Amino acid sequence: MAKIVSLAEAVGDNVRDGDTVAMEGFTHLIPYAAGHEVIRQGRKDLFLVRMTPDILYDQLIGVGAARGMKFSWGGNPGVGSLHRFRDAVENQWPRPLEIEEHSHAAMANAYEAGAANLPFAMLRGYIGADLPKVNPNIKQVTCPFTSEVLAAVPAIRPDVTIIHAQRADRKGNVLIEGIVGVQKEAVLAARRSIVTVEEIVDELAPPSPNSVVLPTWAVTAVSQVPGGAFPSYAHGYYPRSNAFYIGWDEIARDRESFTAWIKENVLEAGPEDFARHAGKKPAKAA
Amino acid sequence: MTDFTPNEMMTIAASRELSNDDVCFVGIGAPSAACNVARLTHAPDITLIYESGTVGTKPDVLPLSIGDGELCDTALFTVSVPEMFRYWLQGGRITTGFLGGAQIDKFANLNTTVVGPYDHPKVRLPGGGGAPEIASNCGRIFITMALSKRGFVEKLPFITSMGHGEGGDHRERLGMKTKGPTRIITDLCILEPDPVTKELTVVSIHRGVTREQIVDNCGWPIKFAEDVIDTPVPTEIELATLRDINARTKKAHQGNKEAA
Repeated sequence: MAKIVSLAEAVGDNVRDGDTVAMEGFTHLIPYAAGHEVIRQGRKDLFLVRMTPDILYDQLIGVGAARGMKFSWGGNPGVGSLHRFRDAVENQWPRPLEIEEHSHAAMANAYEAGAANLPFAMLRGYIGADLPKVNPNIKQVTCPFTSEVLAAVPAIRPDVTIIHAQRADRKGNVLIEGIVGVQKEAVLAARRSIVTVEEIVDELAPPSPNSVVLPTWAVTAVSQVPGGAFPSYAHGYYPRSNAFYIGWDEIARDRESFTAWIKENVLEAGPEDFARHAGKKPAKAA
Repeated sequence: MTDFTPNEMMTIAASRELSNDDVCFVGIGAPSAACNVARLTHAPDITLIYESGTVGTKPDVLPLSIGDGELCDTALFTVSVPEMFRYWLQGGRITTGFLGGAQIDKFANLNTTVVGPYDHPKVRLPGGGGAPEIASNCGRIFITMALSKRGFVEKLPFITSMGHGEGGDHRERLGMKTKGPTRIITDLCILEPDPVTKELTVVSIHRGVTREQIVDNCGWPIKFAEDVIDTPVPTEIELATLRDINARTKKAHQGNKEAA
């Protein structure tokens, strides 16, 4: 059964130095508040996993919390580079970053393999591409029935997966709606999981029998953090702040302005500061 | 005829490649603009799919990211990312992939990974995302990017997604049954792979552009097809549609400025 606790307690109990951590969200429901709590608690030597590391992982890399990252697209969507990520890879600042790079298809398959308790995933992928030359974790497997050669990648099995969702009930059952990404797979592939939610309600009331629900017995901790996905968004609650993503480019370009931003908005702030972004201009109803 | 910019010509020429029958996997940026102009002009029934899982989406403003709420709000349905890549893309359901890139070579291979050596890159780019499997699994690929010496290079430092590889029948030799890149739409001209060698060749030139300009902006000695046509100029409706959606998009993306 999931424990419903404060975010500080959820992160304190479940994220350890050196862990392999997946904070997922495919542009939607990115667990910013939880990521900031990980920074505030000073976790270090993390191996970060995410298909689309965007600003949140730029922040974790920039403060030196990560020893490595497994990913498939590392940019500021529609804006350009992640400057802290680039500084780490190009100049080893603030520390070297080991990277394991895949394609989206491979990462999605690898999460699914992890959720399915399989050791690896296979796909018809990477044909003619250079990534297999630089990533030893991309191998080949031959189909025992047709002899077709397919790409194989190890399953993703995070120590802890952290996601943000719309809501949970008081037992800790979680509902996810909209662009659901790989969050379900990432939670089910992990040993432990933390879900931050916009609200905790008496009745979960999933809108369809086919809704994406993570049952309380498949989740480790649930914390209520309204606005916790800002500047990404929560479908049905608040829209993505594209203006913030555009503005981040300038903040992150420079080490000093980045460090000052982290001090003011992460180290000297708390999960409650996200509440002002919650439930203001609702996203259009689905 | 209203005047138009090279970039507008590029987007509109790219939009004309698409039809109502296309099921199109849309890359962000220039491809997204072209696909939506097509939908709002001559191809209202086109199916646009973004890799975030949104299928049959009809955005009113162009998304900044591949997963803006607008895409989900206006989609016929939304699936998980594993389902998107496994059932719909790898399953062979997508007729057309529309990609952009940082660099392209004469066989339409793309690089969005690094400039310089992989282990010590001069510039670390975002990486491939969905592109490696979009390039191999979609029925055919369109690419749109501005023609420049920096972008159109003799040799790529890294092949993020394969176009025609080393040229000729390289795709078939690797077991691929899809066509790969069939049209490359730039701001100066349109390129097609030569039917045999697969080397990109100029087939259509936009109004006001000279052959010298094209040669000067390409990193390899570019060839011209025997019959090169003039790209039809944008129509009033095409231009108005593109400018309207760009104006709506700009307004929407700057509308909610604030700090975290």
